[in-house]
Amino acid sequence: MSQPPPQFDAAKAGKYFFRGGHTGWLGLHYCDHGDNWVELELPWRKDLIGDPDRAVLASGPIISLMDMASGMAIWQTKGVFVPIATLDLRVDYQRPARERSAVRGRVECYRTTRSAAFVRGIAHDGDADDPVAHIAGVFMTIAYDPRSATGGSNDE
Amino acid sequence: MMSDADLPFDLPAYARSLGIEFHEWIDGAPVLRVDYGTNIEGRPGHFHGGATAGLLENAGYAALRAQLLADGRTAQLKPVNITVQYLTGAKSKPAFARGRIARLGRRNANLSVEAWQDDPARPVASAVMNILMATD
Repeated sequence: MSQPPPQFDAAKAGKYFFRGGHTGWLGLHYCDHGDNWVELELPWRKDLIGDPDRAVLASGPIISLMDMASGMAIWQTKGVFVPIATLDLRVDYQRPARERSAVRGRVECYRTTRSAAFVRGIAHDGDADDPVAHIAGVFMTIAYDPRSATGGSNDE
Repeated sequence: MMSDADLPFDLPAYARSLGIEFHEWIDGAPVLRVDYGTNIEGRPGHFHGGATAGLLENAGYAALRAQLLADGRTAQLKPVNITVQYLTGAKSKPAFARGRIARLGRRNANLSVEAWQDDPARPVASAVMNILMATD
């Protein structure tokens, strides 16, 4: 911890966050951000269908999208990348997404405390005034272990 | 009993694509399983919260579909909401999930779902879901 961590920038982070892992597999990409919000996009893909009768993205990948946008909104708000863990995430589905439509997730971090961060947001398929879903979530910052000089995580 | 039988319906494309499979029946409810892999990974060595939620949600739908089939009912299932509680980080090994139907009404079902890795009595995540059952 001898050097201060670099300033978090969602646009730059988006370039390397989605190269692999779960979010890379989903093909998430960065769209836009402000001081306390981030918008990401989940592209349409046939093998992510949830209901065999309709060409609509499943709700699972939309949760992944909102979880990732939540994390990035928290780092954007705090200004730094710190390890965080999702405690609780609620998704209220307003309507199915349009057929063969990508879904965008826009999440704002409206409050941070020393150990918690609160987020809310919407998923939409083109018109942010007609959301597909609303979400609300709470995240915990994973504390650095003071016994470790390098600051390992102690989330267990 | 369907204890030795496979699932009497297909899992959605998304579930199969993520690697979610039917594992076994416990007390008439299907247990689903997903193996760890790069398409699951969030922070290094751990499940992404979205992958965990996908497993929970599919286990909830599978429990409801199995019950509706057993009851001879057909309905189109529509999600109303889901609340996921993350209890501890899910590690780089297989995870399992099973849904319980708390209330099965005519139009709405309320389910609770738990996911675990080594011990079903020590869940890594849980969820509460409301699912609308549309008939037309």
